Order: sequence, then structure tokens, then C-alpha cells
Amino acid sequence: MSVEISSYDYSLVGKNSKLAEEKGLASAEWYSSPISRKRLKELMQRRDGPAIRDTLIWFALLSLSGFLGYHYWGTWWCVPAFFVYGVLYGSASDSRWHECGHRTAFKTVWMNDVIYEMASFMVLRESTSWRWSHTRHHTDTIIVGRDPEIAVPRPPDLVGIAMAFFSLKSGPKEFHRVFLHCRGRLTDEEATYVPDSERPRVYRVARIWALIYLVTIGLAIYTRSILPLMFIGLPSFYGAWLLVVFGLTQHAGLAENVLDHRLNCRTVYMNPVFRFVYWNMNYHLEHHMFPMVPYHNLPALHAELKADLPKPYNGLWETYREIIPALWQQSKDPTYFVQRQLPPGAKPLPG
Amino acid sequence: MKNEIKDGWVDACAVGDIEPEDVRRFDSGGRTFALYRSNDNKYYATDGLCTHEQVHLADGFVMDHIIECPKHNGRFDFTTGKAQGAPVCVNLQTYPVKVESGRVFIKLG
Repeated sequence: MSVEISSYDYSLVGKNSKLAEEKGLASAEWYSSPISRKRLKELMQRRDGPAIRDTLIWFALLSLSGFLGYHYWGTWWCVPAFFVYGVLYGSASDSRWHECGHRTAFKTVWMNDVIYEMASFMVLRESTSWRWSHTRHHTDTIIVGRDPEIAVPRPPDLVGIAMAFFSLKSGPKEFHRVFLHCRGRLTDEEATYVPDSERPRVYRVARIWALIYLVTIGLAIYTRSILPLMFIGLPSFYGAWLLVVFGLTQHAGLAENVLDHRLNCRTVYMNPVFRFVYWNMNYHLEHHMFPMVPYHNLPALHAELKADLPKPYNGLWETYREIIPALWQQSKDPTYFVQRQLPPGAKPLPG
Repeated sequence: MKNEIKDGWVDACAVGDIEPEDVRRFDSGGRTFALYRSNDNKYYATDGLCTHEQVHLADGFVMDHIIECPKHNGRFDFTTGKAQGAPVCVNLQTYPVKVESGRVFIKLG
């Protein structure tokens, strides 16, 4: 059952933030599907191997497509090369950012942290402030007034969603934040989830980012070519579309203000290429329920839990056949949402 | 069941109640604690809730001497209580532990 919150004010410093606390939705206890401690421990085991393999493949593909883009620059052949480079840079970085942010991708902590910093830059999410934002997203998933990562607030801004495919809204917003952070300031919303002790780090990383962008822009001016920006900076925009295609499947159109991930997250079956790009985040429900399980074990976790979960979606087509009408309906009636059906025999809802 | 207390030492569990490289919850006097058994069969105790968002660490994951919080993957060294970085910034309180006659005792302040 969802808890009603009076209006669609998604601000973290607005009235719904207080209301969510009053209604017991903030930092609440969430439903967990039953799984034995022994099996969960097996699934939580960390390994470096899968993530090292996938990272080497990722780097190799980035290098190859980048080289081809450079080599064929000035001809039409550079278009497919930068198409691939852009997706690997601007979209595949999203899942690397995510998994390494949880520090579950690699067993070795520094490997997670290095890839996290790199992917944060590529996906245009400042590493420290977004780590804290994502922490809140896991505490208060799709709780209005609490979750800073609700991708589609109601009523949906359909033009804004279209712009998101090329980061045309989030990109400028992030650059504004970088500018603020370079000056040693946070936004009011960031101040609600970034602790004081972490703020110097936010400012330091923002200054490093600014330096990298200034050098790249300087190089573009010096060479009188946008080519340097095709490698650093622009791919966060022209390559972001697949991130949005994948990302919208996570929660869009589902219930708000519920304390059960089965009702506000989707699991979508995807082909191996998509799962490589997305690092198995298509098993999103399972990830939210047990964030300690590394991406390479999410299919096995899904197999353990699926009797207690709603039916997974069979591919992107089936998923978007639900999402697009749902968002259209929400644009006319913001109270509408997709009600997920729990399977017969599923454990009861909490509360 | 009320736990036996002697000279401030509280009988928490039997040694076999915790597997190697694992954690177990222990409640006493309205407080909650986490008891750990390392791979080399040493026992440790800390406060039971993560200092970040009050989540039971006993539902977390033990790797070597690290306990990882089940909610946000915050990590502590359970032998010292030291927070290992974001999203945990405040150390855990640790407690002395001893093993006698096959039982694990925790000394509460």
C-alpha cells in the first residue's frame, strides 16, 4: 500500500520532506524477500576477476572506437566510431559508476574507487556528492521529498525526458554544480545529504574536473577543432542516450511512497551485450533489496528470489510498452501509477 | 532468555553459534550489539547498529576484518571499530570479548 503525500513537490527541502518523516517513510524498514543467510553469504562474496575482465574489455573497446574516430575524423566513417565510443563513454560509465560506488564490483577497494572516480567524470556526476545522493536513494527509494534520484517526477516532463537522452537538462545542471563547488559552495539540497566532513572533497574534485575541462577546451581552441571535445566532454552528452533507455526501466511509472522494492523497481531480462553495458543493473529490484550482492551474482540472486517477486519484463520492448503509456497517463493524471502484481504465494507486504 | 552477567561480562552465545568470518546479533539491556568471529577464530564485539543510518550490522557481510553494512555498503574494521570511508564517517564502539568454557562473553560498560 502506498502512503499518500499531498502534492507533487519533489524538493528535498520542501513540505513533502517533512511529511515523509512524519509518515514514517524516511529511513524506514523495507521488505526483504526470504533467503537463507548461508546462500546470501555465498552470493555476497566479492571477486576481482569478473570486473577486471569487463573493465579491460571496456577499455579496449573505448580505445579501439576512439582510435577509429580519430583516424577517420573528417570522413563519415568517424560517425559510427564515435557512436560506439559515445555509448561506451556516456552510457556504460553509468553502471560502472553505480557498481563501483557501492564498492561491490571489485573485491579490492582501490579498484572500485579508481573506476568510480573515472566513471563519475564520464557520466557527469560529481563523485562525492553523487555518492551521498545515491546513498539517500537507497535509504528512501522513490519516497517523494526524500529521494534525490527520482528520474521521472509526476506529472512527467515529457520534453525534459526527451532532452535527457542527450543530458541536455542534467548536463548544464551538473556544470552549474561544479561551478558552485569550485567556489566552495553546495546547493541547498546537497547540503541535506552531504556531511560536513565530506565537503572539502566535493570542492577538490570539482576543481580537478574544471581543470580537465579547461585543458580540453584550450586544446580544442589551440587546434581549432572540436576533436579533443569529442573524446572528453561531449560524449557525456552525445553518448548518454542508452543510459536513459536503461535507466528509465528502473522505476519509471511505478509506485511512489511504498516500502517494498517489489512495487517500485523493475527487473528486465536483457541480452548479454546490454547486460555487459549495464553490468546487470537490469536486475534492479534484486539490487535494491540486497545491495551487497555484486553485479556478477545478480542473475543467481534473481533465481533465488523470483518466486517472491513480480513477473520480470521480457526485454526492453515489453518494458516500454508499459512505461510509455504509463507516463502519458501520468502527464494527464499524476495520481496514476503501474501497480505491480505479486505472484501467488509471495510473502505478504509489510505493515 | 536473560543473559548471565558476571563482573560486567555478559554471556552472549556459544562459540559455535557464529560461523568463521561471520557476524551475529546480540541484544542485552535494551541495546543491540554485533558479535564477530574472524577467520582465525578470534571473537570481537561492536555496537550493533551502523553509525550512518541505524541499520543492524548483523545482516551485513564480513570480509576478513571488515563488516559491511547491508543498506549502503558502509564499512568498518570490527577489530577497532574504525570507519573505512563514505558513507560511514563515525567509528563504531567496540567491546572486550573473551571466550571461556565454550561460551563467548562481552564486557559491557
